[in-house]
Amino acid sequence: MRSDAVLQIENLHVFYGGIHALKGVSLFVPRGTIVALIGANGAGKSTTLRTISGLVQPREGRILFEGQDITGESPHRIVEMGIAMVPEGRRIFPNLTVMENLLLGAYTRRDHRSLKRDLEWVFSLFPRLRERTWQKGGTLSGGEQQMLAVARALMSRPRLLMMDEPSLGLAPLLVREIFHIIQELLQSGVTILLIEQNARAALEIAHYAYVLETGRVTLEGEGKRLLEDERVRKAYLGEE
Amino acid sequence: MTAEKISARCRLFLTVLLFGLLMLGVVLAERYLNAYLIRILNTACIYVVAAVAYNLVNGVTGQFSLGPNAFMAIGGYTVALLMLPLAQKREVYFLQPLIWPLNAFSFPPSLFIVALFLGGLLAALFALLIGIPTLRLRGDYLAIATFGFGEIVIVLANNLIPITNGALGIKGIPEYTNLWWTANWAFWTVFVVKNLVNSSFGRALKAIRENEIAAEAMGVNLFRHKLLAFVLSGFFAGVAGGLFVTLISTVSPTLFTFSMTFNLLIIIVLGGLGSITGSTVTAILFAFLQELLREVEAPHTIGSWTFPGIPGMRMVVFSVILVVLMIFYRRGLFGQRELSFEDVLYLLFGRKARA
Repeated sequence: MRSDAVLQIENLHVFYGGIHALKGVSLFVPRGTIVALIGANGAGKSTTLRTISGLVQPREGRILFEGQDITGESPHRIVEMGIAMVPEGRRIFPNLTVMENLLLGAYTRRDHRSLKRDLEWVFSLFPRLRERTWQKGGTLSGGEQQMLAVARALMSRPRLLMMDEPSLGLAPLLVREIFHIIQELLQSGVTILLIEQNARAALEIAHYAYVLETGRVTLEGEGKRLLEDERVRKAYLGEE
Repeated sequence: MTAEKISARCRLFLTVLLFGLLMLGVVLAERYLNAYLIRILNTACIYVVAAVAYNLVNGVTGQFSLGPNAFMAIGGYTVALLMLPLAQKREVYFLQPLIWPLNAFSFPPSLFIVALFLGGLLAALFALLIGIPTLRLRGDYLAIATFGFGEIVIVLANNLIPITNGALGIKGIPEYTNLWWTANWAFWTVFVVKNLVNSSFGRALKAIRENEIAAEAMGVNLFRHKLLAFVLSGFFAGVAGGLFVTLISTVSPTLFTFSMTFNLLIIIVLGGLGSITGSTVTAILFAFLQELLREVEAPHTIGSWTFPGIPGMRMVVFSVILVVLMIFYRRGLFGQRELSFEDVLYLLFGRKARA
């Protein structure tokens, strides 16, 4: 185990029934960095995140969070430990108010005194949410819902934030805003594991990236380096 | 959100005030209303207890249970067996004698409250036993299992003759239930469920209804939350059953068939799934409508034509109401809204309540 690791995954194998979805994935997320997982549909990106957050159990392999083995822990324990997830397709609670959504993000926390401070913190990151605390989550625009999903995840005060396709279905301008906020989060000490199909946007901000293909890591390297890589350019950036 | 939030102290004061008004209402009702109207009010309050409890599972947590009739039956039989006087026990069980130790004791009237709690607790215990295997699963398993459980309870009630006296049922249960009991239970059920729903625990229940995967990703322990809601709901259903049998002084398997669940389902759907206000208001409306609609089952004479009464016409009318509401008010009368103290103050004084 490397000492600067927030998350380390070793040889992860996951099966959905008979389907071998992850075939020995190993990856490493150093503290204070953005690490991206890129790859096509069905490559195993979401499965990797779902396994880390305990929603799927691996058949083989280990997941270490800050040196502690969390393989096989239940999802709520993992949130308590400090890993939060922004699920794919946002999955906010549409009939609950923005405030209720945010408070649910802090559900596993017991220190209610710092709650107010953290609300202030997420409102300073997403000023638009402050004006809409009494509005139902489902009445927000797509971009605002994504911001709510991120803000909600941050309310658990995670040390590792995992984001599943945060740019999905958003206008280019909003994508840029979300990615800008991701970089801002880094400054406040949150380490980020990012899944993206929008490979260019992800690689531009990622310190390190892994390329997944049919359940295996086929390529890895610094984000900027992968942007230049011939194979990545052809396969994921649509360049000839 | 029309009005500002009111302070905790003010809320407590208003709660006490509301309770006081309700008790005053009971005093006035007992003094000035006839027995028929009081009977309907009693039924209404029992429906409130059962519907608000049922709504906690189906409306707030979004788990489709079809079992309240079973839990009411368990509570009802428990209270009946505990409260039935010994002489009556010997008289009623003439097919087969009542088993020991039930035949050896009977609660004095002062322990009625204990009997109600025991009835509720036994129902809650069965809710726990049904909930543990089924609430781990996603999808319709809860509905299937609770429906099946309801049928099993009825079959057992018909055949466990040394305990339930079979299809003959138990007669001559002392009529302890009066408006004091039912109004109090209705109030405290609403009070407990409302405070639960407004707590962070209740927020997690609503999150489960909205999106299980997201709730789980927030760190909500799905199984534990669903189970707790289900068990609490079972408790109040059991109490409602206990109140019911000591209101009508008899219990038999036909009292708690699936049609009881269906009635409660109508109430919570018409009121708006997830709305405590909705369940309360429609439970009361339902109790009164059930009586008013006796008219449609009675024989009528128009000119020289005489229509014979058709038993069961009431349910046809309710079904039509349900269909019409589902077309025009798909989310029920109240949707997921609640009538809060803030709203009442706003309506009364037309200005924002100060914190």
